[in-house]
Amino acid sequence: MLRWQLPVCVFRRSYYAANWASFTFNGLLTWIQEQNEESQTEEVRDWSSLLEEGEELLHLSDTDSASITNLQVFCYTNEEDEEEEAESADPLNTTEEEKPAAEDAVNESSETESAESKDEEPAGAEEEEQAAQTPGEEPEAARPHPSAAQSQSEPTRKKLSYAQLVKEGRRFNIDLVSKLLFSRGSLVDLLIKSNVSRYAEFKNVTRILTYRHGNMEQVPCSRADVFASRQLLVVEKRKLMRFLNSCMEETEEQQAYNGRPYLDFLRDQQLGDNLQHFLLHSIAMVTEDTPTEEGLASTRHFLRCLGRYGNTPFLFPVYGLGEIPQCFCRMCAVFGGTYCLRHSVHCLIVDRDTNRCRAVIDSRGQRISCSHFVVEDGCVGSDRKKMATPPRFLSRAVLITDASVLPGESDQQVSMVTVPPAAAGGPTVKMVELCSSTMTCVPGTYLVHLTCQSTGSAHQDLSPVVTMMFRTTESEEPDGRPFVLWCFYFNMADGSAVEVEGHQLPCNVYVCSGPDGSLGHEHAVKQAEFIFHKILPDEDFCPPAPNPEDIIYDGDEGAAGQEENQGEQESDL
Amino acid sequence: MHGRVKVKTTAQQEEEKKKEREKKLKIYIAARDACFSKRKEGIFDDEALQLTQQLLSSNPDIATLWNYRREILMHLETVRDEDEVQKIYQDELLFLESCLKVNPKSYGSWHHRGWVSARLPRPDWARELGLCDRCLSLDDRNFHCWDYRRMVVRMSGVPVEKELEFTDRLIGSNFSNYSSWHYRSTLLPLLHPECPEQDSPRCEPPLASPPPSPQTHFHRVCEEQLLKEYELVQNAFFTDPNDQSAWFYYRWLLGRAELEEMISCVYVSREEERVAVAFSRPVSALSVGLLLVLDGQPQRVEWRSVHPHFKHSPVWICDLPPGTISDTSNEHNLTVHLTETHTHKDCALYTGRSESWCRDTATDQELFRSELSVEKTSVLQSELQSVKQLQELEPLNKWCLLTIILLMRALDPLGYEKETLAHFQTLKEVDSMRSAYYSDLCSKFMIENTILKMEYAEVRVFSISDQNLTTLCHLDQLLLVTHINLSSNDLQRLPPQFAMLQCLEVLEADNNFIESLEGVYRLPKLEEVSLKNNKISTLADLQPLASCPKLKRLDLRGNPITQTAGVESQLAELLPSVTDLLL
Repeated sequence: MLRWQLPVCVFRRSYYAANWASFTFNGLLTWIQEQNEESQTEEVRDWSSLLEEGEELLHLSDTDSASITNLQVFCYTNEEDEEEEAESADPLNTTEEEKPAAEDAVNESSETESAESKDEEPAGAEEEEQAAQTPGEEPEAARPHPSAAQSQSEPTRKKLSYAQLVKEGRRFNIDLVSKLLFSRGSLVDLLIKSNVSRYAEFKNVTRILTYRHGNMEQVPCSRADVFASRQLLVVEKRKLMRFLNSCMEETEEQQAYNGRPYLDFLRDQQLGDNLQHFLLHSIAMVTEDTPTEEGLASTRHFLRCLGRYGNTPFLFPVYGLGEIPQCFCRMCAVFGGTYCLRHSVHCLIVDRDTNRCRAVIDSRGQRISCSHFVVEDGCVGSDRKKMATPPRFLSRAVLITDASVLPGESDQQVSMVTVPPAAAGGPTVKMVELCSSTMTCVPGTYLVHLTCQSTGSAHQDLSPVVTMMFRTTESEEPDGRPFVLWCFYFNMADGSAVEVEGHQLPCNVYVCSGPDGSLGHEHAVKQAEFIFHKILPDEDFCPPAPNPEDIIYDGDEGAAGQEENQGEQESDL
Repeated sequence: MHGRVKVKTTAQQEEEKKKEREKKLKIYIAARDACFSKRKEGIFDDEALQLTQQLLSSNPDIATLWNYRREILMHLETVRDEDEVQKIYQDELLFLESCLKVNPKSYGSWHHRGWVSARLPRPDWARELGLCDRCLSLDDRNFHCWDYRRMVVRMSGVPVEKELEFTDRLIGSNFSNYSSWHYRSTLLPLLHPECPEQDSPRCEPPLASPPPSPQTHFHRVCEEQLLKEYELVQNAFFTDPNDQSAWFYYRWLLGRAELEEMISCVYVSREEERVAVAFSRPVSALSVGLLLVLDGQPQRVEWRSVHPHFKHSPVWICDLPPGTISDTSNEHNLTVHLTETHTHKDCALYTGRSESWCRDTATDQELFRSELSVEKTSVLQSELQSVKQLQELEPLNKWCLLTIILLMRALDPLGYEKETLAHFQTLKEVDSMRSAYYSDLCSKFMIENTILKMEYAEVRVFSISDQNLTTLCHLDQLLLVTHINLSSNDLQRLPPQFAMLQCLEVLEADNNFIESLEGVYRLPKLEEVSLKNNKISTLADLQPLASCPKLKRLDLRGNPITQTAGVESQLAELLPSVTDLLL
């Protein structure tokens, strides 16, 4: 029997961090394939031989497939490299141009010489229907009609083919979640405090954009932006700067608006439509009915984050967000943590009297003692879970495009885009466009992440936005909008719906959630700290790691240190 | 306890660090002493180069070591071939970069870099410019780097427009930067000089001008570019009206070229047989080569300033030999030459006339307002509108108020007089720390306005009473004034410059706080002085009046001096010419 003093983390898959992971293009295709094969259940084995006196088994749910749903893949670029110019397609054929490449199709096509017929073969009736609807859903107004001359003068960009995407697939790092780091947010603080930041590199988000009246506009948020902005009148510049300065302090005037919408407050500050839009949607990033106190708090948070690392409040990790959990894992591993991939925990062994988890049984039938057990909520059977009602989901879309939504002087921009709801009450879409220097996509492409709270399937929620801002079919005349080479939609369980406490579980078992839908990492950091202090009430959370030169190696000095009795086991099935 | 990391305690760390420091210090001192003794012995070898390098990389601020290093390098220049020297200097540049990383504001390192760059056989200026870009993007106010950049630009002939683009970039990323704005103000006149046809003769740049480089200075910028600059700077002060750098630049844009040195007025008086010459700016008559020609004959005269205080003065006078022009039946022609600038001014004294003058008026010279093209007037008008807009949003912003005043003055000083005064009042309230400055500035503007009014009226009477004047200025413009009324102001003195009023006959300065009359000095025509209700308290204060030969009437009622016993007889003694004394 093994007895671990240090954390052991097991991941069921061949990668770290479950839904926080990031993938190469090829890795993503495999992941998509796996998602669709999820259903087969492993045989239930009898572990009772491993039980001791007074113990009972608690089976963990061995499928986390519930957290990812409605997965749909679309490939709009050509299958293979084409040598000759693509002939302009017959407008009537648009629906055929679009390849509703569903799960199987994608897997097939990754094995290269896939036949057209296969791609057109719909995997499910429902998907075919949605894909076929897409052209109809596109709002007419959002589609400017370019003159023939215009389209001719535009140099035809050489599009990457699907085969090239696969070939260059290693150079993509596609995150399942889309978040940013607030420069003064809790994750940045934690990375600094713990020294984990040494394992990662970051890039500034270079600009904040917003989609408004069918146009992409840059939001002036820093002093330099306001100064340089060409869309604001000088008087607006003054009003905006004055508002940004004055809102940092709480005033009685603001308090008078408590409980009333932030929009009302902004309106009464004599700020014009332009400024109201920027402040509400792009700076506070709230909705029209958000109360003033909340709107002001987010505005202040945004402003406090400005200027720490650059002219926007956000950072993005080079190589993608998947780096962050790996950095923490690495730190843990350096100081003795053990990580096992492709390994899972099947059941817990619970002491009947104390209601404590004494050990776990892993996928190889080993009994491993533990003093604490942290588990992702997906692994806890629904009969034991305290469920949030109704379960919430996030709608996600990931696009590989051939150009930026707002081409600028530099083609290496990292943009945060806010897309206010088309109709009141609809979801606000947060979009992050990453350029190749973030090492998440190949040069010449952009990786675009869209996220919103689900109201329907991801495709239903997000495809209208996608078709508004991007071209998806060859037949559409080039009009300045970027072309989508490849995209996929999926829904993910919203981690903010998960409760850490209150489940019917042994008292030393802790449930953590998957990613939530907010832009920052506050939810996850808070939860990690909460669980940590449950386990080790008197310890500092993520203390700074010692410098390498301060570490005493064996023989350096006599053995010191006190025995520690707690081990931490994290399971991320 | 497996794999648990053991960490040194803080005490252990401290102890180790202390030992480390002591060790370092020993090495440092040994190296320093070695360097000094080697230098004493006049050894210029590679070892010395190494030693100084070690020391300077940990402390780049020892000037002596840099000097030693230069001596070594200069020695090596004589004994190595060019390629080797190139290599040595390139290594030196690399070494300097590491020094600058330690201390980016080290005087020694920057100076040495300039020295090395200038001596490098085949300099790579593009690389040096790149280095400046990098340094300035890290700290856009590092003046060492600005200096070095200017040197690099000069040596490598970087086009002016490239440098202007560079300031665009810096201002774009942070406009609170005097260095960039100022650099702009030196570049723009080179790149967009005022068009020649709009030049008044005095602003003409020398014809054989050298190819423009940021080191030569002209001051004017063509209108078209001015408009663009107005827009740029407006964006800055609307974004942050409390940032001074943009306002200062704006003032430069609105400002005007310094006047060329020239003669603005020649005055001759038959009675005193005296010539007075006024210049556009203070000069020293001895150094500018002032030559008086009377009826074709150069005269040997002695030029003196109006007051012994002044070595430089805008007004100079000379006395002609007695009898030269005293006969009223003779006509005389005077010419005053300014040999330094090859300019001159003529003045004819006709038969029967007691005095004569020839002058450019303040109006002619556009001294107090610019003669604007219609286009520019409308631009300034719209500038005024937008700054007024800003003032509505920021009613208490001093820069904004001050700029409004300046714009109004540039447009129409008399028309906006009332508004200007009101704005000054607000300024004094919102920025009470500088209220005296604003009072002085306001006085200056009121005097300018009064001069304009006087010139329009074509009179020699200057009257500015009850205007809260705190200071007197532009007195050189009052050379021809015969009557001056300064009553009911807040003046404390009549400064030495007051002696420039060479034609003054009547001085009224009642109801001020005057305690000093320094400037009422050698005024040949002064007859009446009224100083009722001032602060003159001693006989010494009145001493300057004794130098005015024609003074007949003096009113000192309401001054402390009148309380002094026996003052009347003392005054009679001091000022024998006064017949009418009111105490």
